[in-house]
Amino acid sequence: MEKFTTHTGIGVPLRRSNVDTDQIIPAVYLKRVTRTGFEDALFAAWRGDDSFILNQDAYKNGSVLIAGPDFGTGSSREHAVWALKDYGFKVVIASRFADIFRGNSGKQGLLAAIVEQSDIELLWKALEAEPGKELTVSLEDRTVQCADITVPFEIDDYVRWRLMEGLDDIGLTLKHEEDITAFEKTRAAWRPKTLPAKTEPKQVVVAARAAK
Amino acid sequence: MGTTLAEKLWESHLVRKGEDGAPDIIYIDLHMCHEVTSAQAFEGLRLAGRTVRRPDLTIATEDHNTPTLDIDLPIADETSRIQIQTLRDNAKEFGVRIHSLGDADQGVVHVVGPQLGLTMPGMTVVCGDSHTSTHGAFGALAFGIGTSEVEHVLATQTLPLAPFKTMAINVNGELPEGTTAKDIILAVITRIGTGGGQGYVLEYRGDAIRALSQEARMTVCNMSIEAGARAGLIAPDETTFEYVKGRPHAPEGADWDAAVEDWKKLVTDDDATFDTEISLNAADLEPFITWGTNPGQGAPLSASVPNPEDFADADQREAAENALKYMGLTPGTPFRDVAIDTVFLGSCTNGRIEDLRAAADIIKGRTKAENTRFLVVPGSARVRLQAEAEGLDQVFIDFGAEWRNAGCSMCLGMNPDQLAPQERSASTSNRNFEGRQGKGGRTHLVSPLVAAATAVRGTLSSPADLDAAAALV
Repeated sequence: MEKFTTHTGIGVPLRRSNVDTDQIIPAVYLKRVTRTGFEDALFAAWRGDDSFILNQDAYKNGSVLIAGPDFGTGSSREHAVWALKDYGFKVVIASRFADIFRGNSGKQGLLAAIVEQSDIELLWKALEAEPGKELTVSLEDRTVQCADITVPFEIDDYVRWRLMEGLDDIGLTLKHEEDITAFEKTRAAWRPKTLPAKTEPKQVVVAARAAK
Repeated sequence: MGTTLAEKLWESHLVRKGEDGAPDIIYIDLHMCHEVTSAQAFEGLRLAGRTVRRPDLTIATEDHNTPTLDIDLPIADETSRIQIQTLRDNAKEFGVRIHSLGDADQGVVHVVGPQLGLTMPGMTVVCGDSHTSTHGAFGALAFGIGTSEVEHVLATQTLPLAPFKTMAINVNGELPEGTTAKDIILAVITRIGTGGGQGYVLEYRGDAIRALSQEARMTVCNMSIEAGARAGLIAPDETTFEYVKGRPHAPEGADWDAAVEDWKKLVTDDDATFDTEISLNAADLEPFITWGTNPGQGAPLSASVPNPEDFADADQREAAENALKYMGLTPGTPFRDVAIDTVFLGSCTNGRIEDLRAAADIIKGRTKAENTRFLVVPGSARVRLQAEAEGLDQVFIDFGAEWRNAGCSMCLGMNPDQLAPQERSASTSNRNFEGRQGKGGRTHLVSPLVAAATAVRGTLSSPADLDAAAALV
């Protein structure tokens, strides 16, 4: 995972609350087997609407999404975070996030920054006054700066540290690989292993057919 | 002060205690994979140049997408075919054991693990599927995980986890005739709501739970997630040990003795305290069904469709109004008068051999209602083979049911087994969400006994209704 200290990019004011993960990425895209390439699926139902904010030239290359409260509710699908990342978003700002979405974001290096709704209103106005305006998000200072406006944001200390170190959960856990290996030595020998495979005697499974 | 079973399981799998706000690292004894939530995790390993740390603690099977007809032919739906082929390719590349369609050990992942003897007391079990809570019936800490976590377990055989709270669900008294484990858990969910278990591990306790068979206990733990809890547990006992003994991966000889000695310690101490406790009297229960579009919208079968105006809470009232509209139900209609188009017997909740036996016992010698379709989908290929060895397949076929191959099937309709718009089902599965069994489909969650009786009468029914009808003749 890349280290995250500060990010400067175009801010996208999304004036909607309760943006659930079905809206972020519809279920029809969940049968895909790849981890990347979900950019076309992001907000798929809204992208057909020319007036949707990401269809406006000024915001097309946006990388900081500023949304209304309760962002990422509903289904736990991690595809929602992948789609935002694949599109190019590095930061999502809202006054409240659904727990699971926030957790998934942290695992994928997408910064979910919690900003007071009154400050979000300030950011929305500043961005709408000058579409395509950039803002700077400093994870070190926990601030969002847009021209002469600087507002603070909240993030879990542990997640902040992990993002700043650029450590994904796996990399972090593997720092303690010695502990894992030591633990494995203490496991009772009778604990089951899937390999070598043991089964009841093999039997032929007859294919069912549709009733005539 | 004593500790709860859940806390004991946590402590015994603690690889490293979290410091400075970091989560604990917990060891995972068994990781099960299926085709829908694993592809991106394997791709992540590939991109990072990582391997599967413990292929010998990992197993894969195909279930969510698999057809239940013509399984010897190529899968017709292209996206399903690709997703399943991807799992096969990944299993081969990373050295993971897989039971594919057509194999005698293929089936719903939560039926396959216990049947192979891979699920045992005292373990931690995870899978990229929320119904992993099923395995808690063995006194294992078992829960569903997201795709990043699937990758994390593949790479490290551990998970970083924040602590949970504990809730005791005490069920005492004797279950009346015709009521089952499914009725217990549906009543629990209606009581605490779909969010009542959030942040908790549930422990089901009491003599009514002790009296349940091992498979019935799996039905109870399976639906812990519908109460909002990631995991549900039952302390193991002789019923559990007897179920595990002799299965392909069960310990043998001196290992068996050592294992049982260890398993007998897996109880909540008498002086331990739970963060929350609730109690139910099993004797008060009766066959239960759901009438709405979330599993907490349930009621006894003997009741009638509720009137939204009777809900004091505004959110619940609105939810009930929306649900009845979607379900096409009129307040005041007795549930027993609600006509059912399709009965589905199967799923990780009720697709095991005891469920099929119980349903077959009800329908034997009876005739299926003319306008009702009855789909029987065994939870695994072994369950199907066992049923055939006992002659149950013929009972279902003679009755007019469709006898299918194993998989998740109509529980979530990712394969061709779906409801048509406005089609109404009585389903032994676990979720009655809008569109869950097919776009516009209407689902009533029921026990296998109610499913079977419903297939006879064509309206929501319990076995007692059949006896009553017989007495009138």
